[in-house]
Amino acid sequence: MAEEFSLSLAGSRKRLVKDKLAKYGVTTGAVLVLTALLLIFFYLLYVVQPIFEKAEIEKLVDVKLSQQANSLALGMEEQNEIAYRMSDNGLIEFIAIKGKQQGQVIKQHQLSGQVTSFAQTVPAKGMMAFGFADGSLEVVMPNFLVSYPNDIRQITPELRFPLGEERLEIDPQGQPLSHIAFELSDESAGIAAITKDGRALFMSLTGEEDMMTEEVVWEGEVTSLPDAPAKVDQLILLPNLRNLYVRSGNRLSIYDISDIDDVQLKGIKDISANQANVTRVELLTGASSLLVANDNGVISQWFEVASNGTRELTHIREFKAEGSVVDIAPEFFRKGFLTIDSNGYLDIFHTTGETQLLSEKISANALQSVAISPRANALLIETNGTLSVYRLENEHPEVTWSALWQEVWYEGYAEPDYVWQSTSASDDFEPKLSLVPISFGTIKAAMYAMLFAVPIALAGAIYTAYFMSSGVRKFVKPTVEIMEALPTVILGFLAGLWLAPLIEENMPGIVLLIVTLPLSMLLAAFVWHNLPKSVRQATPEGWHSLILIPIVIAVGYGAIAVSPTFEVWLFDGDARKYMTNELGINFDQRNSLVVGIAMGFAVIPTIFSIAEDAVFSVPKHLTNGSLALGATNWQTLVRVVILTASPGIFSAVMMGLGRAVGETMIVLMATGNTPVMDWSVFQGMRTLAANIAVEMPESEVGSSHYRVLFLAAFVLFVFTFCFNTVAEFVRQRLREKYSSL
Amino acid sequence: MRNWFKSGAPWIWLTGGAVSVSLVAVVGLLALIAWRGLSFFWPSTVYEFDLEELNGHRHTVIGELYDSELVPADRIIDSGVKLPEGHGEMIERFLLKTGNREYVDLDFRWIMETQIKGEQAPKDIAVFERSTNGNFYGYVVGLQQGEQAVNVSDMRGELIARMERAIELNGKADDLQHGPIGKINYRLERMRLEERGLELKGQLDAAAQQKFVDEREQLQQDYLVLEKELFAFREQASRDSVIVKDMDGREVNLPMAKILDVYFPNDMGFFAKFSHWVHQLVKFVVSEPREANTEGGVFPAIFGTVFMVMLMAVIVTPLGVVAAIYLHEYAKKGPITKMIRIAVINLAGVPSIVYGVFGLGFFVYMLGGSLDQLFYPEALPSPTFGSPGVIWSALTLAILTLPVVIVSTEEGLSRIPSSVRQGSLALGATKAETLWRIIIPMASPAIMTGLILAVARAAGEVAPLMLVGVVKMAPTLPLDGNFPYFHLERKFMHLGFHIYDVGFQSPNVEAARPLVYATAFLLVTVIVGLNMAAIGIRNHLREKFRSLDQ
Repeated sequence: MAEEFSLSLAGSRKRLVKDKLAKYGVTTGAVLVLTALLLIFFYLLYVVQPIFEKAEIEKLVDVKLSQQANSLALGMEEQNEIAYRMSDNGLIEFIAIKGKQQGQVIKQHQLSGQVTSFAQTVPAKGMMAFGFADGSLEVVMPNFLVSYPNDIRQITPELRFPLGEERLEIDPQGQPLSHIAFELSDESAGIAAITKDGRALFMSLTGEEDMMTEEVVWEGEVTSLPDAPAKVDQLILLPNLRNLYVRSGNRLSIYDISDIDDVQLKGIKDISANQANVTRVELLTGASSLLVANDNGVISQWFEVASNGTRELTHIREFKAEGSVVDIAPEFFRKGFLTIDSNGYLDIFHTTGETQLLSEKISANALQSVAISPRANALLIETNGTLSVYRLENEHPEVTWSALWQEVWYEGYAEPDYVWQSTSASDDFEPKLSLVPISFGTIKAAMYAMLFAVPIALAGAIYTAYFMSSGVRKFVKPTVEIMEALPTVILGFLAGLWLAPLIEENMPGIVLLIVTLPLSMLLAAFVWHNLPKSVRQATPEGWHSLILIPIVIAVGYGAIAVSPTFEVWLFDGDARKYMTNELGINFDQRNSLVVGIAMGFAVIPTIFSIAEDAVFSVPKHLTNGSLALGATNWQTLVRVVILTASPGIFSAVMMGLGRAVGETMIVLMATGNTPVMDWSVFQGMRTLAANIAVEMPESEVGSSHYRVLFLAAFVLFVFTFCFNTVAEFVRQRLREKYSSL
Repeated sequence: MRNWFKSGAPWIWLTGGAVSVSLVAVVGLLALIAWRGLSFFWPSTVYEFDLEELNGHRHTVIGELYDSELVPADRIIDSGVKLPEGHGEMIERFLLKTGNREYVDLDFRWIMETQIKGEQAPKDIAVFERSTNGNFYGYVVGLQQGEQAVNVSDMRGELIARMERAIELNGKADDLQHGPIGKINYRLERMRLEERGLELKGQLDAAAQQKFVDEREQLQQDYLVLEKELFAFREQASRDSVIVKDMDGREVNLPMAKILDVYFPNDMGFFAKFSHWVHQLVKFVVSEPREANTEGGVFPAIFGTVFMVMLMAVIVTPLGVVAAIYLHEYAKKGPITKMIRIAVINLAGVPSIVYGVFGLGFFVYMLGGSLDQLFYPEALPSPTFGSPGVIWSALTLAILTLPVVIVSTEEGLSRIPSSVRQGSLALGATKAETLWRIIIPMASPAIMTGLILAVARAAGEVAPLMLVGVVKMAPTLPLDGNFPYFHLERKFMHLGFHIYDVGFQSPNVEAARPLVYATAFLLVTVIVGLNMAAIGIRNHLREKFRSLDQ
């Protein structure tokens, strides 16, 4: 028999092959489609993942330094091909660290005279000042010219003298300058100096362009600082030329130098860490924060905080390195910095993220000097006459778990706070990427929407499934399904342009409506109850909602119509003003109430149709049994039907919540999209979804901002996926249960 | 009373009330959109108001009545407006659309009932629809040809005749500009890319270069000829002008070339108004938007929406059907299949913006970026496929709507009685044959339903498109007469985004609002229509298989 069968099929081998092909074709196709869907999850994860990576370094090359003078400063240009080194004997060298000439000094310049002090501007400006034994000062700036002979990039270093090649006399008495600080902004510059005999000087320079030669001519004015400490360790000048910090041991004297004729000592502050001594103070990028390094390895961040109308230098947070900190190198554009210490450790920190990104022992000996490249992708470290070049990978230092989800004390803020502010015009802006305010907004919007939608949708579903006559039901269900299909952009547009002004104009009417609508329904029910039997029996069962339609319309129209009268009567003619002035409630035109109603409207059909299915599929014998035992319709509903259908109702609410959380267009159009954290029903919010829609198109690919937005999308994805899975699971269980009943 | 409450009847009424509220809301919403959207095209009466200010200054205002509201007098006083003595507690005020944008500060103004001293609707007020600066309201005083006044007895007839002449000439000029001249520009751009491509490959020798130079020369000459023709048309079109007296008594010279339409709404009967309404409606659907989208039609948005959705349908149908067939016919019944099914259903609930983010990152930047590297190096650094475009939008929405198609098709498959399958197999058909000849034809209405639902969803989805391809103003359609005809990398306009953009991003929201309603009405009609079709097909299908089952 089996033989015969196979024989008959052998003649149609072609068909068999086709059958197999179809099977494999469909399977591969389907597997591909399903993987593509899975891909969404993994792709989001793939984009998000780098923000949680730690920093990494890798040594590229060691360069032996030719002479043994001490380094004052190290640095390199943007492409990480040429480094420079300034030594305390006045020698400035440019060293190739990449390419054919690697390790060679390709250019050098010797400053004459004995160098007694040295200062650097903020790294982004890249200027250095040397103070000399004769009381004079020279400002230099390494500069790199890029040219493309034969389509190959060639970088030529040169040395510029921003204040002219001639030395600037700071101390008229010609004493050696033991400490200096220098800053230059557009057309003014400031130089602070301490002379060997302990005088503290401040020189303010203004530059003016000579029309003929187009050279800037600098003119200066010197004043001495009052009450300068006897022993000075460090001078720090702010680039805006307003404040000068003079450090003497652990104490910092703060001078207001904005007016050269009236330099004032504003205060003295002890900035050392607990039982430690300050080794070095450096400005963080943006020059709002001071980084104070201590000999026990603690680095503390300080910035001015406004309190009671004054600005006070305040201790913000601390970082811990292994040993006594030798040198700090702030990054050029981000709020990160590196430290090296006496134990041979290199540490990388980021202030906003409050995180230690790297701590690595790179030498048995103490490290001497460190520099970071402008693009923060390479490092120079000097130890014992060797210059080591490292590649640094540290793409997203500012994003950490704490920066995303916890209160962060941002520069210039009075206290730690949750803030979302991702972009700004300035380069050294501190991105504030807290997901808390927008997650809060998401929850708030969803909550108000559910508050509006759940009662209506569930009550409606129960009525439709249990009481409504089948003739009416046939017409109601498709109507609700149409409601589900309405594009949210239309709901959002109506909410923003029609509903929001309507609510604003008729605030009292809306409140009235919310109160009177259920009351009038009850009233109508009571009237109906007392109508003669003949009238009641003339209408079929399950027509309640049709009977109520005119009442809903009438009450709605009435409430809006009496609203102005009501307003004059109760709120002096302007409810909005009354609320702001008398009740102290801020009122946005596009507020949570509008979003709640509009989004509730979008969610109602989702909840309605699932809940209706659940209630409708409660087996009839259960309800019949209950009714037969003498329970009323309502008792049967509450005690039997809803109880049995409760998992289905639960899953309906979950599905609705999932939809409310991810809704974009309605929130985008019906709120002001300001990320405020306030439960007030009269204020707007910004949600995760709307935030993505607003900021994604402008976000730079691969940046931290871009990845954080992906993270927001990932959060939304996981959130809704979990909700829906739970809901779907519950629903399937319920279905199985019913089929067994 | 207490018994009545105890019986639960009031609560039943309340639940019933919830249904009524939903019904009133849905129907009310649809009615609101339809009313506002459609009444926009109806030629409304233009009124001439005599107004008197508090200081006794009298002037006239001509405009369409746009809106009216009853406001408490206190609120008006608070806003800094003085009211005459003896005003009531409530004051009615009217929003007038006065047009004439270049002569008045605002083309919309509120007037209060206390100001109005007289109101009339003169029959000879004309409404000019213009290509720039919006509508113009006024009385026709005379016609000019060049500098010369035209004297005719039938001023209106002559005006309309001359206007139509100008429109025709302008139309010819536009055709020229978009047709042959556009083609030349497109060819020039292609040549630039070809040249750059050869250069990158190192094949740009003297001969090739000469070829480019020659062709450019030829195109340049063609262009000069066409340009001359174009200027001639424009010149002829701007021959006439009409002199109109506006509400301030000023006589304004309106060039005929800028006038798109003229009508006398106060002098129209019902049928004239109706035909004008139909005319305007058609114009709205078939013409291009003007003035930063706040006027004119929505044709590019309709075209873009339809094009994108069709592209999506082409992608999503085979994928969805194959996946559904696999899940229902081939996959082993077990926990894994069940999990996959739940996951697919859940993907339908994932917020659309997440798909947008995925589409932007994966399709646009990753896939599009790689395509550019491989096939369009000559255009770099400006992206070809590496920037948002219609193909990426279609793909993103295809993934978004895939669950809809899968679920619907599976449902259709599961409704086919197993006896049918078994019958086919018993007669010796292979599984593939059964599927192809029996199952798929029987499931085709379900597939159709899924597809319609997917299309309806895609047509209304905006959030993901904002990331992957939609723009407020696309200079060219994704389909045109230049090879390769389908330009899948181009950005496109979309009805839903048009609503968002015009309603929320345009400088003159008041003027644009009716247009937004009209666009919304269009979108709702399409989507509700599609859904009704889907519901109808589904119900029909159920009936059909119910009889099969028995």
